[in-house]
Amino acid sequence: MPEGLVRILRPDGKVEKGQKVPSINPKDLIHLYRVMLLNRRVDERMTTLQRQGRIGFYIGSVGEEAAIIGSAFALEEKDWIIPCYRELGAALLRGFSLFEFCCQLFGNAQDSIKGRQMPNHYASAKLRFGSISSPVGNQIPYATGIGLAARLRGTAEAVLVYFGEGATSEGDFHVAVNFAGVYKTPTIFLCRNNQWAISMPRELQTASKSIAIKAKAYGIEGVQVDGNDIFGVYSVTREAVDRARRGEGPTLIEAVTYRLGAHSTSDDPRAYRDDEEVEGWKEKDPLCRFKLYLMAEGHWGEEKDAYLEEEIKNEIQAALKKSERIGPPSIDTMFEDVLDRVPWHLKEQLEELRRVQELDAVQQEA
Amino acid sequence: MPTMNIIQAVNDALRTEMRRDDRVVILGQDVGKFGGVFRATQGLFEEFGPNRVLDTPLAEAGIIGSAIGMALYGLRPVPEIQFADFIYPAFDQIVNEASKMRYRSGGQYACPMVIRTPCGGGIRGGHYHSQSPEAYFIHTPGLKVVMPSNPSDAKGLLSASIRDDNPVIFLEPKRLYRAARGEVPEGEYVVELGKAKVVREGDDVTIVTYGAVVHTTLQAAEKAAQEDGISVEIIDLRTLLPYDIDTILISVMKTGRVLIAHEAAKMCGFGAELSATLNEKALLHLQAPILRVTGFDIPFPYTFEHEYLPNEKRLRKALQDSINF
Repeated sequence: MPEGLVRILRPDGKVEKGQKVPSINPKDLIHLYRVMLLNRRVDERMTTLQRQGRIGFYIGSVGEEAAIIGSAFALEEKDWIIPCYRELGAALLRGFSLFEFCCQLFGNAQDSIKGRQMPNHYASAKLRFGSISSPVGNQIPYATGIGLAARLRGTAEAVLVYFGEGATSEGDFHVAVNFAGVYKTPTIFLCRNNQWAISMPRELQTASKSIAIKAKAYGIEGVQVDGNDIFGVYSVTREAVDRARRGEGPTLIEAVTYRLGAHSTSDDPRAYRDDEEVEGWKEKDPLCRFKLYLMAEGHWGEEKDAYLEEEIKNEIQAALKKSERIGPPSIDTMFEDVLDRVPWHLKEQLEELRRVQELDAVQQEA
Repeated sequence: MPTMNIIQAVNDALRTEMRRDDRVVILGQDVGKFGGVFRATQGLFEEFGPNRVLDTPLAEAGIIGSAIGMALYGLRPVPEIQFADFIYPAFDQIVNEASKMRYRSGGQYACPMVIRTPCGGGIRGGHYHSQSPEAYFIHTPGLKVVMPSNPSDAKGLLSASIRDDNPVIFLEPKRLYRAARGEVPEGEYVVELGKAKVVREGDDVTIVTYGAVVHTTLQAAEKAAQEDGISVEIIDLRTLLPYDIDTILISVMKTGRVLIAHEAAKMCGFGAELSATLNEKALLHLQAPILRVTGFDIPFPYTFEHEYLPNEKRLRKALQDSINF
């Protein structure tokens, strides 16, 4: 893995001197741009939806799309993605539908996780996309475990796990990377260093010069990449995936990026960070950068972009319209999936709930 | 049938299930070449090799976290936590991840795994080699919790736990490891989870218990029969979650008096839950308050461990109190 910060695409959309753009066919380039733009517009639309009180919560990834989508693009279908909670772009790239996503936001009867978690905590086993949990860093150890299982079974599957720089302060980060180093698991640890863990700046998380440098102590490869450069992120992840498949073990990637938005809809970053800093990072926006490149290369134009914007707007509107109409799951589902079969005490509790509901219904009629 | 102690029975179950299903993988500290500090995994590394029996770095969260990943992948990991007292670094992984994986993913993912760990006192282990943490796990939806009291059940329940599709906390009362001996069926042997066993029949008082305390209650019951003329029925729960309410209720309706005994501390211990449930379901059958003989609400002591543990004297006193109420 290269030393120092890897950057292929500069903020102005031009290729860094001496760097080579990875070979990606134009169709895929456009698709990547589409998913990035879709991710951005979904985040904006759903934040508004929360403000309107139509969903309870939303957590997005504005500014971090290249780090998420560029890395996921380096995987094959057989590989696993273990997300944190900002990886909608990776899910969309894998084929997770906007309708399914919206159903989860509403926790309705079509929600594949049956209304059991707050918004943005979806899962898709068929896409090998992990189940999302809120506690920071909890997913990192089992990404090591999935990689270990793949290694023990002799397959060439890789596991890409996402987390923020705040998670690197957690013990789970340490045990996961340490175990991965010892067993040489095919795990790619992708740290989206977005500089802020709610109100805590990166400097408060660690005295290390970088996150990537921590790899050295675990005896594994580490690399720092411009997380707003989709080509850079893709290239280093691709190299990490290739190493994993060859049995050369895990890689820690630090994607240096920036959380342009609030931590979530429950947060107001104006209370703790300067607008100037945010404005500075807006100039390094991963989406603008990629668009400038695509236009300069003749793959894209303003007319096409306007058309795509309209298409995406309609797509989001259609998914919302269809999903918001669907009612909640049946009350029985509340007691399912705790264990593989519903045990006696949960059957009793379901009955208890039903009796109260029936009583309610009778009283309302009267 | 061969006679074994609990360590040998656990080892036999692991070996038998590993031969039966190549997805079964063991991991933990010292479980490989060394065969575990209690020797429960002895010989398994030699038979199944390093891809089935993994020595791990010293980090419980890493052991359980890795096991969760292995389970998500489709394996059947059986991680060992060297002492139940050391399970807490993995508590987050167990309580927030393994136990909730099926529910929170809408049934898309599951975490079939068995966390084996020695528990309980009476071995001069002080605070950190004596704890009985079952209540934390019984309290956590999404886990099964099992504690055998004899070699035959240890084998049958462990085999059933490995075949179960849920995460199971399998607590092994370590003071019985070599003390409890008995006949154990050869080959594949399964004891269904969720079924208690009446280990002594009687008419006057029902003792509901599990683990090492089963043996203490059996001794106390003998003395109570001979010296106090009290006929005691003893139920060994075996599976603590989901526990066998039917077997308890049948017995309670017969005797009308209940004593619950466990090693773990009294405050919010499993006995509190059992007592509350019996009050809800069988109040009119009760002729005396439900009594508890448990560990005291103090950290597990060293010098006075036998005063701390439910012993024969405390059990007999409670039996008399129940009868004389």
